[in-house]
Amino acid sequence: MVDHISLLLVVVPLIAAPVVAVLPRGRLPWALSFIVATLCAVLAGMQLWSILHEGAISYELGGWAPPWGIEYRIDAVNAFVALIVAAIAAITLPYALLSTEREIPEEKIPLFYSAMLLCLTGLLGITQTGDIFNVFVFLEISSLASYALISLGRQRQAFTSAYQYLIMGTIGATFYLIGVGLIYSQTGSLNMQDLAAILPDVLHLKTVETGFAFIMIGIALKLALFPLHLWLPNAYTYAPSVVTVFLAATATKVAVYVMLRILFTVFPQGFALTTPADELFIVAGIAGIIVASVYAIYQENTKRLLAYSSVAQVGYMALGIGFASATGVTATLIHLFNHALMKGALFMAIGAIIYRIGACRMDQINGLGRAMPWTFGAIVIGGLSLVGVPGTAGFISKWYLVVAALEQEAWISVAVILLGSLLAVVYVGKLIEALYFKPVSDAGKEVSEAPILLLMPTWGLVFANLYFGLDTDLTVGVAEKAAAVLGVMRP
Amino acid sequence: MSAEALLLTILLLPLAGAAGIIITCRTPNVREGVTLLTSALIAILVVVLATRFMDGEVFALTLIEPLPGIAIAFEIEALGILFALVAGLLWVVTSVYSIGYMRGHNEQNQTRFFAAFAVSIAATMGIAFSANLVTLFLFYELLTLSTYPLVTHAGTPEAKQGGRAYLGILLGTSIGLFLLGILVTWSLTGRVDFQAGGILAGHVDPAWAGLLYALFLFGIGKAAVMPFHRWLPAAMVAPTPVSALLHAVAVVKAGVFTLLKVTIYIFGGEFILSNDVTGGLIWMAAATILIASMVAMTKDNLKARLAYSTVSQLSYIVLGVMLASKAGLIGASMHIAMHAFAKITLFFGAGAIMVASHKKRVSELNGLGRAMPVTFATFFIGTLSIIGLPPFGGMWSKWYLALGAVETTQLLLLAVLMISSLLNIIYLLPIPIRAFFSKPESGEHYTKIAEAPKSMLLAMVITSTACVILFFYPDPFYRLAGLAAGGY
Repeated sequence: MVDHISLLLVVVPLIAAPVVAVLPRGRLPWALSFIVATLCAVLAGMQLWSILHEGAISYELGGWAPPWGIEYRIDAVNAFVALIVAAIAAITLPYALLSTEREIPEEKIPLFYSAMLLCLTGLLGITQTGDIFNVFVFLEISSLASYALISLGRQRQAFTSAYQYLIMGTIGATFYLIGVGLIYSQTGSLNMQDLAAILPDVLHLKTVETGFAFIMIGIALKLALFPLHLWLPNAYTYAPSVVTVFLAATATKVAVYVMLRILFTVFPQGFALTTPADELFIVAGIAGIIVASVYAIYQENTKRLLAYSSVAQVGYMALGIGFASATGVTATLIHLFNHALMKGALFMAIGAIIYRIGACRMDQINGLGRAMPWTFGAIVIGGLSLVGVPGTAGFISKWYLVVAALEQEAWISVAVILLGSLLAVVYVGKLIEALYFKPVSDAGKEVSEAPILLLMPTWGLVFANLYFGLDTDLTVGVAEKAAAVLGVMRP
Repeated sequence: MSAEALLLTILLLPLAGAAGIIITCRTPNVREGVTLLTSALIAILVVVLATRFMDGEVFALTLIEPLPGIAIAFEIEALGILFALVAGLLWVVTSVYSIGYMRGHNEQNQTRFFAAFAVSIAATMGIAFSANLVTLFLFYELLTLSTYPLVTHAGTPEAKQGGRAYLGILLGTSIGLFLLGILVTWSLTGRVDFQAGGILAGHVDPAWAGLLYALFLFGIGKAAVMPFHRWLPAAMVAPTPVSALLHAVAVVKAGVFTLLKVTIYIFGGEFILSNDVTGGLIWMAAATILIASMVAMTKDNLKARLAYSTVSQLSYIVLGVMLASKAGLIGASMHIAMHAFAKITLFFGAGAIMVASHKKRVSELNGLGRAMPVTFATFFIGTLSIIGLPPFGGMWSKWYLALGAVETTQLLLLAVLMISSLLNIIYLLPIPIRAFFSKPESGEHYTKIAEAPKSMLLAMVITSTACVILFFYPDPFYRLAGLAAGGY
């Protein structure tokens, strides 16, 4: 049983999805989804524990040996990311119960949970697999499910946002597929470990370089790396709150994982350094941090503000990749984890506000901080983590990012990372001022605190922010091991 | 009680107090009792800690290690005790004062006020006892954040603006410059702990050492060195007890204390002297002293005048630190204490005047001394201590600072100190003198204005008496300052 954890993580939600779709209305779809998500979280935890104590796992699907059979290869990196995805799913589902009842039409709820499980399947599948074509398959599964989920938002823009994401996401996935095809044509293999052995011989070929470029652009689109981020603000803003929480905390993280795998495991050590890729990451990262943070400051819609903030945070992760050093990749992995916690908590708190007043524009949320103190507290602490105040998880990420930049003597990056924190102070401050200092607007009169079922998952993530700001054995410890496994280029 | 337990109690007790204040929010008298009890206990515990320290006991405590090699750790050394003593003793006095003020002024949101106050004191103690830069940074930021609700207490648009300037400057300097300094130190040396003699020697190219010091000097915005001083006048929008304890004592002294720790225990005296690290930067402190004093002269709003006076006085301490001499350091450390007691008296007075007569401007105070004799008498004592005249404690710190300037043959800096004392006289002394000896402006007679509430008077009398006592008995602070300077 234990040996099959890697497969179960993908198969269980996959099988549960159609079952949930046909369940009768009421709470059953939610209940089954919750059980599945919790099971996945437990399995992911067991998998990580197993990796840390016994080493990498190699699982052959159907008993067919790689490189012709599909192999699930788990080491510290995927186990870490799989844990993030599964844990976020597990904590989002209790939240989903009430949130979906307000935001999604009743007859669509079973389909909603079905799509959530399919999205989970796709994301977990991406992290588990060791085959680059399999990555594409699961990427499409998770993307298609996300498009459906986003379109369930209440406002009309949900359709257009989902459509925009569909177009851009499909372009990204297609680019990725083209890249995979080009590489396959020169190597005859789709297995990551196998490619790592074969590629050094064919690297000089233009086909392979082109394939690399296509893959990079394709993943960058899914990653929302500036300037390929245009789908993200709309998608996050108009999706139902639960969907925003889930996607913000998982989708881009998994794309970062794929990027890391391609750059450091599939392609041999040092290859990316010979291409402009590392410099491009740094430039895109810097641009993303500055531009997206400035955009965030001027947003009137709070979800959009946080969405642009997410684009900036992806910029930080890109910087870490661009440094291509052990500390840099460690910083990216740590920020992967911490950002999931921060954004998860913030979007959950905004979702609680939406639950109470049905809106989330700045002028509508005025003064709610006093009526909803616990929700407000969650936004304050989540915001502080986003800024990177010590004592929160965000500080640990920022620390490692700046240390990585200092190691590379990338002074501009150092300044940009710190400037990003200061810009975050501005937009978080804007949010807090609106919630606390402005008089209550018409939309917010006679509002009481959010229900406990929404508050508990929110505060669960808030406490996680504080906990992982002080006890970093899991985050820093595993991230460092993962960076070592990926294979470092620059010392 | 074991050393670690004592230390942990001092750190946690104010937080427990804050929780207690929130729990008892419905019964104001019990709630105020919680504040008084907690602050009294802290004062006692800090004195016990100081006594045991001076008897030679060693205290160290390590909590958790968030970053590899860097733990949240505490240790007691002379400067930290000095700072903790000042903050701890003055908290209980301020609590007595604030109860009178908040009730006399009919303030709203008192629970939030007293709870945030307690958290701020916890943060101050954390700063005082930090064993390394990261722990100190943690509590430094916590102090900024916990004082924000106090600064914006009134909830008015002015309070919000003041809060923005406060947070913007303090967080901007701490994240943009101070944190950068810490990270650069870590990158260069692989450590961030405080050690006598400094940790940078041999790791830093002397050409860049000055730049690194500048990162700390300007990054520690709470020391209010120009041009990052504007947060202090902006914070005057807070209720006066906040201005008194936090912005005359805890927050600002946390700033100069941090700078002292960085100078002595990260850079080290020898390193600074041999590489002339502070040569150019010391003029920023000198400029701040003079410019702030001159601005103070132009301010009619009493709290604004006192705020700029504080900016100027803080740079005395910064100057003393950068002189890199033993006397200068003793002067700087003692000024932390002397200035605290004197300034808090002045701020207490400003608050008393506001509560009793609703007057905020210096030009309105003529003749008020006859209606409020105790208030202005204590204000007078505080003024003389700030100017540095005997028989008041302020004289000792000025003496040592001047001695430090002479020792290092920085006669121009000595001139700056002298001129500044003159400016102090010009902008502070007229206030009590006109209150007692001038006629009220519009010829009105102050029949309806009586003295401030008793608890406020009590606090003022205590702190002004302390100014006198400290002249005759500066020993505890002198000894601690000497111990700190010994490690220089």
